[in-house]
This record gives sequence, structure tokens and C-alpha cells, in this order.
Amino acid sequence: MMRLMGSDLTCVRGGRQVFSGVGFTVGAGEALLVMGPNGAGKSSLLRLVAGLLRPQQGRLKLEGGDLELTIAEQAHYLGHQDALKPSLSARENLGFWTALLGGEAAKSGHALAAVGLDDLAHLPAIYLSAGQRRRLAIARLIAVERPIWLLDEPTSVLDVAAQAMLADLIRAHVAGRGLVLVASHGPIGLNGAKQLRLGQQADQGTQPS
Amino acid sequence: MTALSALLARDLRLAVRVGGGALIGILFFTLLVTVMPFAVGPDLPQLARLGPAILWLGALLASLLALDRLLAMDHEDGTLDLILTARVPLELAVAAKALAHWLTTGLPLVIAAPLLGLLLNLEPKATAAIAVTLLAGTPALTFIGLIGAALTVALRRGGLLLAILVLPLTVPVLIFGVAAANAAIAGSVPFGTPFTILCALTLISIVIGPLAAAIALRQGLE
Repeated sequence: MMRLMGSDLTCVRGGRQVFSGVGFTVGAGEALLVMGPNGAGKSSLLRLVAGLLRPQQGRLKLEGGDLELTIAEQAHYLGHQDALKPSLSARENLGFWTALLGGEAAKSGHALAAVGLDDLAHLPAIYLSAGQRRRLAIARLIAVERPIWLLDEPTSVLDVAAQAMLADLIRAHVAGRGLVLVASHGPIGLNGAKQLRLGQQADQGTQPS
Repeated sequence: MTALSALLARDLRLAVRVGGGALIGILFFTLLVTVMPFAVGPDLPQLARLGPAILWLGALLASLLALDRLLAMDHEDGTLDLILTARVPLELAVAAKALAHWLTTGLPLVIAAPLLGLLLNLEPKATAAIAVTLLAGTPALTFIGLIGAALTVALRRGGLLLAILVLPLTVPVLIFGVAAANAAIAGSVPFGTPFTILCALTLISIVIGPLAAAIALRQGLE
């Protein structure tokens, strides 16, 4: 049984304390919705879990994972930047990520279809809209299997249909014993997800919604 | 291994696509060496004497010019974040990127040098010697530059700072590169002596560069 725990996490960026004393627990088959106003540290918390920031204090622990890999190496990080190269086609971008992150090349075609981009696979990413670019980034989550998903405001540029598609993907991942941490301003259609509020009530910790 | 070869293949592909910038270094190199005979004047022996220095200086400046593309673009679009979550050591990942960078910006300089040698009144033997020293020395420029690129990665348009940081470290490469080329031409010292040191500098930088760059990138996680 996989379990990701953070305890007493403190994050300092640019000399300013973003949050302190934050703790959370996410088990396999659970989603945690990280909520809070702008600047509350939602992105910082996800970057911390992804190993892209170092916590000032506190610790992160993964139980039941692969002991030879770090948490970051078992996680997908979907940030504000889509990490797409404008001169490469959608298929080439995804193919590269699949190879780099250690997925199977055969799956990337299926992943493109799952996010509704199979018609645009040959198009250089520079011609994709912001929403299509985000969907291409999301295709990475399907093409490469990793148990932990760290999604930083994934719905920000998506239309209603794509938001529903993403919610379905998250539910499917959770149903498949995956762990999901989503940072978001508002509800994104995940019923029964745990919530972690950052901001003024940061020290209240996790509470069921 | 697949991950590293994918990274290498992607960087090579990006370099030759629109906006890839593989041509920037080589164009600058060509421009610099082409105008040099006009600046030095019609003194052919003097031009031949200065030839190795001009070609090496051109290669050094062209390498510096291309360096800010090495990591900065991947940092800006978030690719670097994902490279950090890949299951390959960061040291090897940046080494693969540096290798791709050398293949697209360093190797063309080595290939162009013999052609440009004609403009500098260089003998075929001298041209060959310069090309060999460039082949041995330009990887050092890229891998030393990798450290600077990693240190300045978070700065937008950190190109000039990068050049200032890297230039002093590349001076030994320049000295021994030109010394080896001159040794082959004039024969005052055996070619092997400076050339061996040049090769040593390259080998050291290939080891130190990726290690230091990975440390710099990890430190910069903020």
C-alpha cells in the first residue's frame, strides 16, 4: 500500500516564508486537493514534492514505493509550463517525453488519442493553442505510467470538455490505486477528494471535504 | 540509456529546425575570420603567422556566443523540471545535452576551419594542424561553458554574464590550442607537448563540467 506523507513542511522562497507546518497524507487510490488563495504556496508545495524545491524544514516520506527511486522519479509533475518545444510536432514532443521518462513508445499514440489530439499529431507545437498545448502535456501522464501525479492548476487553460476529460483521467488514475495531488483555486469535479487548505488556516492540516 | 539517447536525438533535431540556432556560431566564426584579412592588411606572411590565433579566437568567441542556448531554453519552458524527474542522473543528462551542443555548434567550426584557412594564407599542413587542435579543444570549450550555463540558467538573458564567467576558464584551452597549432607549423617545440596538455584539459573538463553543472542546477532549485 503506497502512502505519501509530508510533515511539518516549511518552504521559504526569496527570503519570504511561503508556508510553515504543513502536513498531509495521501494514500493509494486517493486524491488531495490543495487549495488556497494566490501566493498561499500551492505551487511551491507541489514543487517541493516533485523535488524541484528543497524544504526549509520538515520531511516527505513515501511508503510502499520503489525504494531505489526518489519520490520525484515516481511522480509526474505537470506545472504551469508545458515543456513543449515549438518546432517539434505534437507526436515528437510526446515521443521524447515518453522516452525520457521511461515509458513505452507504443503507448504514446494511444495517449494522443485519449486527449483528443490524434488529428494534430503531425503539427508543430507552435501552432497549438494554449489548451491544446496543455492537453499534449497531459498526454504525458497517460503515456508514461507513474503512481504519483502532481498537477499544478491543470485546468487553468482548459475548456469545459477538456476539464471533464481531465477529471475522468484523474478519477481513472485514482481508481487504479494512484496518488494525485492537485493544486487548484476551486473544485475541479473530484468528489470525495481530501482537501488541504493553504493560506491563513495552513496549520489545520488535512480535513475531509 | 534510451532516455539519454532520446535527449541527444531531440537536441540535435531541435538545433537544425527553425529557430534552433545551430548556424549562429558558425556564421559568426565565418564573419570574424573573413573580415580579419581586411583588418590586418595585405601582408601575407603576417596573416599566415596570425592564422592559428585568429581561427582559435574565432572558435572561442563563436562557442561563447552559442552557450546561452545550452540550458536556458530548457529552463524557460519547463523542460529542465521534467529532466529532473527522469530516472537518469542529472550529470549524465547535462552531459548528453553538452554533447549535442558540441555536435551542432563545435563540430561545424572544426569542419569550417580548413576552408577559412584559405583566407588566411595558411599552408595545408598548418590548416590540418589547426583543425586537429580545434577538434581536440572545442569539446573543452563546450563542457567548461556548461558550468557557466548551469550557473546562469535562472537569469533571463544571462548571455553576457555567462561569457564573462566562462572566458577566464577557457584561457588555458586557447593558450595550448594555439601553442599546439604553432608547434606543428613552426616546429620550435614538439607538437606533442602542448597537444597532450590540450587533450588533458578537454578530458578534465568533460569530467568536471557535467558534475559541476549538476551541482549548480541542484543548488539553484528555488
